[in-house]
Amino acid sequence: MLRSATFCAAVLLALPAARAEVTLSGFLQQNTAVNTVTTNPDGRHYKWLEERAQIKLDATGGAWRLLAKGDLAYDHLGRQDEAELREGYVDYTASNWDLRIGRQVITWGVGDLVFVNDVFPKDHEALFAGRPLEYLKRGVDAVKFGAYPEFASLELVLAPNFRESRIPDARRFHLFDPMPAVTDRQTIKPDQGEVGLRIYRDIAGVDAALYLYRGFQRTPAMRPDNMTAPTRITYFYPALSVYGASASGRAGNGVLSVEGAYYDARDDRSGNDFAVPNAQTRLLVGYQIQPLEDLSLGFQYYVEYMHDYGAYRAALPAGFPVDHRWNQTATLRLTQFFQHQTLRLSAYASYNTSNGDYFVNPELRYSFTDKVWGALGANLFGGKRWGQFGQLAEDDNAYLQVRYEF
Amino acid sequence: MKRCWLWLIVGLMLPLQALALTGEEVMKKSQAAFLYPGKDFKARVVMKLINRDGAERIREMTMLRKNAGEAGGEQKYFMYFFQPADVKDMSFMIYKYPAKDDDRWMFIPAINMVKRIAAQDKRSSFVGSDFTYEDVSGRDIDDDSHVIEREEKVGSRDSYVVKSTPKGTDTDFGAKLTWVDKATFLPLKEDQYDRKGALYKQFNADEVAEVKGVPTIVKRTMKNLQTGHRSEVAYLKADYDLGIEDSLFSERFLRQPPRKWVD
Repeated sequence: MLRSATFCAAVLLALPAARAEVTLSGFLQQNTAVNTVTTNPDGRHYKWLEERAQIKLDATGGAWRLLAKGDLAYDHLGRQDEAELREGYVDYTASNWDLRIGRQVITWGVGDLVFVNDVFPKDHEALFAGRPLEYLKRGVDAVKFGAYPEFASLELVLAPNFRESRIPDARRFHLFDPMPAVTDRQTIKPDQGEVGLRIYRDIAGVDAALYLYRGFQRTPAMRPDNMTAPTRITYFYPALSVYGASASGRAGNGVLSVEGAYYDARDDRSGNDFAVPNAQTRLLVGYQIQPLEDLSLGFQYYVEYMHDYGAYRAALPAGFPVDHRWNQTATLRLTQFFQHQTLRLSAYASYNTSNGDYFVNPELRYSFTDKVWGALGANLFGGKRWGQFGQLAEDDNAYLQVRYEF
Repeated sequence: MKRCWLWLIVGLMLPLQALALTGEEVMKKSQAAFLYPGKDFKARVVMKLINRDGAERIREMTMLRKNAGEAGGEQKYFMYFFQPADVKDMSFMIYKYPAKDDDRWMFIPAINMVKRIAAQDKRSSFVGSDFTYEDVSGRDIDDDSHVIEREEKVGSRDSYVVKSTPKGTDTDFGAKLTWVDKATFLPLKEDQYDRKGALYKQFNADEVAEVKGVPTIVKRTMKNLQTGHRSEVAYLKADYDLGIEDSLFSERFLRQPPRKWVD
């Protein structure tokens, strides 16, 4: 529906487009990720192996703009969705408001790979399979209205259809499954849309923002039809509201960022339905400095607090792994440039002090010319078998990305 | 009566005193002429990064600047990148304060994120070039002591030669000599010496043109003599006093560059 609306708008735009400025750009890319510990559950050696082409059309005429970004890929591991509209939207910009309609990437919050108020869909598989960072984000089909009165800036997002985050494919990744014997599985997506509001402004040199979201969990929860002798598992996306805030500003020699949110589990406010994630408070503190030329360091401390912990423990079936009430994670990012910023060495590490989960991503990226770059990196995981990263312990991989841009 | 004579002598001497500029005054005037002319400024900037072997890389952007008030005061910068392809659509914003660290923001189009970035290191390379942030947006006059060493001609231009020595020890340079045009106060060339006293970076104003009657350096080069790497910068479509709104320097336009100004 929205896609056809975008298409109609594009056709309507074709008229003023006679005077519009049109640019075409894109890239060709090769992406290989190879397992370093063991094969995939389906026996393959590659985590990712594909050639990809992207075409980007950008047309501007007066207050209007059309952007369409589409990918065509050949996946050697046999995935079917080789053609994808990454983004496709129409913008209208007035002096103190604007409108964007169509598939678009939206990023909120201040976290570095830690999401507190960024409730929009991600592609976690892309991150873990050694794909370029831009594939971490999935576009949403939405109308975004921006208003910029004197007192603050506002951004209202209305998405008529829910779009989920992509979780790693069980044929490519070793995932923890508490009920592996049950093969009859179905997924139910919400039949409603979602709405988000962000209000932001500068307060005495600090970037401050408030966030409101009413929608659903992006990753599915699972419910067996019967606890003692389950025959079928249903995946569903529990109703969720998020109320949050963030602030970011200079502190000492660096930038200090603080972000917090309350996750309201609307489907289970008492906390005694074990299938629905309990209400949470999430807090993130980040600090970034540049101690030397072309070197930057970022630290984050992130904590999740589960409300109604007693109800959660009481409802949890026997044999299921037990989450902590407090879940703490520390992350570190190092980025160093060399050779006039054409060579970049970076490393991201995340460690969960509550369950020993870790994720490490070192990467070396080099621009051979202004049009060709390549990156060599690795994804390393570890921790408890049911932890977010621990379950991926056998999925360690090394990757190569090469891109020619035009 | 005697007192009258005294006042007359003092009165006669004052203008002479005022005519002789100090090193600091020359550098203040130079910064005003070089980095502050107009209420605002716009240019398409083409930067060539050339290594010892002659291999070139191109950085191309629109740069917008707006002054908050007098020369030497606060400024806002907005930069939007066209080239190379992997930074295309990136934008960058600086709030520059004379006596404290800048505020800087970056928009990363790949994940559609606006990020505030740490900015205490003003001696860092600007987008990989031989220019530092301070070379682009100015170094606080009070961070160095300035002395006029001599006066000499650069080509046909009469200039002051000012030696600037950092007061602190947090810089990569030990001293620099700047040739400041007596007529326009633009820096015609600059020699930067490292902390051991060896000449290591050379700035040269390759071309000066009048833009709306304002003498403007439209071509410049910064060369690192120790690495043999140099950066050549050309300002195309330079213009002053366009009436750039304050609202431009905001997150809204970082995420969605204003076509009106970015070309």
